[in-house]
Amino acid sequence: MFWQYGLFYSIFSGCIWGVFWQIFFTVVGILTLGTPLNLELSQIMIIGPLAGIIFIKSQKFLSLKFHLFAIIAISFMIFTSHLGDPYQAKDENQLIIVLLIFFTSSFIWVSLNHSLYNLKPGKLSKHDIESFYIKFMWGIGLIVLILITLIPFYIMIMTSLKNQQSLILNPLDLSVNLNTDFKTLFNSYIELFTNFNFHLFLINSFIVSCTTVIITLFFSIPGAYALARLRIPNKKIFSAAVILIYLIPSIVLIIPLYTIFSYMGLRNSLFGLMLVYPATTIPVALYMLRGYFSALSSEIDDAALIDGLSRVQIILKIAIPLSKPAIVSVGLYVFMIAWNEFLIAFMFLDDPNIFTLSRGIMSLNSSEIPQQHLMAGAVIATIPVMVIFLYLEKFLISGLSAGGVKG
Amino acid sequence: MTDNINKNKSTLLKKEKRLALILLLPTILIVLSVVIFPLLANFWISFKPVTLGDLRPPKLILNERIKANISGNSQLIEVHYRYRNSSIKYDLKNVIIKDKIPSSFKIKNIQPSRFCKIVLKELICDLNKVSSKSSGKIILTLQKNDQWQKNLDNLKKTKPLVSFTSKNVLTSFDFSTENFKKVFSAAEFFEVLKVSFYYTIFGTAGALLVGLFAAQILQKSFMGRSLVRGLLLFPYVSPVIAVAFAWVILFDPFSGIINSMLVQMNVIEKPINFFGQKYADVIIFGYVFKFPLALSMVITFEIWRYFPLSFLFILARMQSFPEEVYDAAKIDGASPFQQFYYISLPFLIGIMSILFLLRFIWTFNKFDDIFLLTGGNAGTRTFTVNVYEQAFAISNLGAGAAVAVVIFIFLLSFSLLFMKYSKRETF
Repeated sequence: MFWQYGLFYSIFSGCIWGVFWQIFFTVVGILTLGTPLNLELSQIMIIGPLAGIIFIKSQKFLSLKFHLFAIIAISFMIFTSHLGDPYQAKDENQLIIVLLIFFTSSFIWVSLNHSLYNLKPGKLSKHDIESFYIKFMWGIGLIVLILITLIPFYIMIMTSLKNQQSLILNPLDLSVNLNTDFKTLFNSYIELFTNFNFHLFLINSFIVSCTTVIITLFFSIPGAYALARLRIPNKKIFSAAVILIYLIPSIVLIIPLYTIFSYMGLRNSLFGLMLVYPATTIPVALYMLRGYFSALSSEIDDAALIDGLSRVQIILKIAIPLSKPAIVSVGLYVFMIAWNEFLIAFMFLDDPNIFTLSRGIMSLNSSEIPQQHLMAGAVIATIPVMVIFLYLEKFLISGLSAGGVKG
Repeated sequence: MTDNINKNKSTLLKKEKRLALILLLPTILIVLSVVIFPLLANFWISFKPVTLGDLRPPKLILNERIKANISGNSQLIEVHYRYRNSSIKYDLKNVIIKDKIPSSFKIKNIQPSRFCKIVLKELICDLNKVSSKSSGKIILTLQKNDQWQKNLDNLKKTKPLVSFTSKNVLTSFDFSTENFKKVFSAAEFFEVLKVSFYYTIFGTAGALLVGLFAAQILQKSFMGRSLVRGLLLFPYVSPVIAVAFAWVILFDPFSGIINSMLVQMNVIEKPINFFGQKYADVIIFGYVFKFPLALSMVITFEIWRYFPLSFLFILARMQSFPEEVYDAAKIDGASPFQQFYYISLPFLIGIMSILFLLRFIWTFNKFDDIFLLTGGNAGTRTFTVNVYEQAFAISNLGAGAAVAVVIFIFLLSFSLLFMKYSKRETF
């Protein structure tokens, strides 16, 4: 049947890659030019398969020259098939249009290169067909995953750099004019720090998150050690209770917490947050650290006991130094939870001077405040987590995978 | 000898127990006070008709005013005490008002005289009961005597003292099942139940499948793999408020990029309100289907935000798998799909079922995402959003607590299921 032939797969992948890159670069064009571009797919659905056939037929004599020639040929085909005006755009953008077409054809060619590599045009074995599918899905999947992950962040950053008029005039124009001076470009950020107290929010968030980390570690390290090493009656029940408490969401607790903290006058205060946050993170930390401590060999402890160290000394001098990376992971994970926490901060804080970032951004969500301020706030809240993440990715990933089922 | 050893052993054991208790005590205390106690309090509140307004307890508001020169007599002074019950629902009982009268005054008259008496130059009014919303006035007529001096004897110097007992709904022992009746009999209960399970099942399964897919892709080594692995975790590690608002702005019907792009490319005629429209009509072969748009968008967000987690777990498990098994399968002639289906999948099914259960619990309990995206409107109200809606939007704390109890019961049954399962799989 036809689906057993390599030629069919070259047509198939040519068609899909063609459509994919055509859509992609049309969108890129719209966002960089800010003018509407026409998306026409019927031409590329013929040119793509053609490129696929060219590739699979010429695999034996592939060379750099041939690659260049093929890309230029595809570009030429795209250009002429649209009667010289592929996007129906204004004339002054001619250079960018040519670049877009060039990129479209080169990306189609490179993608075909990847998914059709070593595929014969003739009859294929089952193994070859499945390998093709896997390679093809791998390519498309990787690109789509990266795109859908990054698009919201891209929109966030770009929107925060726009000004109100251009945003209303043309929501599509996400190009950033780098010639504008620093002040107009980062206007929203300057505004947030000068008029909206974001420097306070940033400090408050740091205070709350760091205190949460310190309290959590201070409480959970000895607790986890006890659970991992000491003989405690009903240990199993206790461990199960830790997991169960760890699964209780804050929405179930918010009404009584709101009520009790209102009565005690702790509600509208950072102190109240610093009391609630550790209580929600200690069970997670306990659960994670217990695992790490159990993995340490208990012979060291026994040796230390014989040498006359007390249990507290063992924790301070042996357990903590040995599991430093684990403690860093747990600390980072707890920091992330506290930094990102929204519900309790939203319900507890009324006074703008003690807002945390989450609460502060929520106060920007009104029709009177322009969108780019909201997005600038979002960027400000995201950057510290990202910086920590990128610097200490290894630690955070091991933290996430040890206790990260929460969230 | 053995007796001695046993004795030593048992004292050691006791010591260890005591030490363990000391080490765990701070944790137990903070968890008891901030998690367990509120949890019990939530049950308590759910059986009470409490509203947000009840958080301010009823009070007696008292105003003191002084009127001089009564009916032209400069020696006569009237003191007016106006009192009012601040609550519109609850009576105040055992109300007593006390005020010291300087010795330079002589009491002429008290009105109403049946409540009030003068004991040792002190006015004591025993009002007994001030019912809700009611108010009243006590008029004390005084005459200046010869010791009176202009600046020294200000009547306002001594503040009147008020004492009363009020009923506090929160601490009283009246219970009613009104809240639960309200929650279960409401027409929206089944709607909320349905939406909650739709959201949870599709959100969890979707995130798990996308995570599995991503793990398959990232298992193959290529240039920049660790960079991509870091990138894919972005949605999960960034603050929910930032990414939720980014999505809202991305899909905004007026200034959102997706909508204007789709309109420009002639895919749709007019902008779609992705997060505000309950149903979208989808026409397939001439039949019109009502597609739950806002709910699907919220589920998509959930998948986008939490697939990194499943991906991380599945990838970690896959990398611990011995490569030789695949080599052996290749020699035996297994095709790539067969390798996936017969080797990888059975190996991953354990961690995936655990992940599914845990994520199921967490997605069921998820509040922030839906609240920030749609506010629970347009057919996206789950139980968690309903807690907020009842307690703080309609300000019926009792009903909100009742919904929270329903969530807790679900949570408990899911968790028991989870514990039963996770025993088999080391996690």
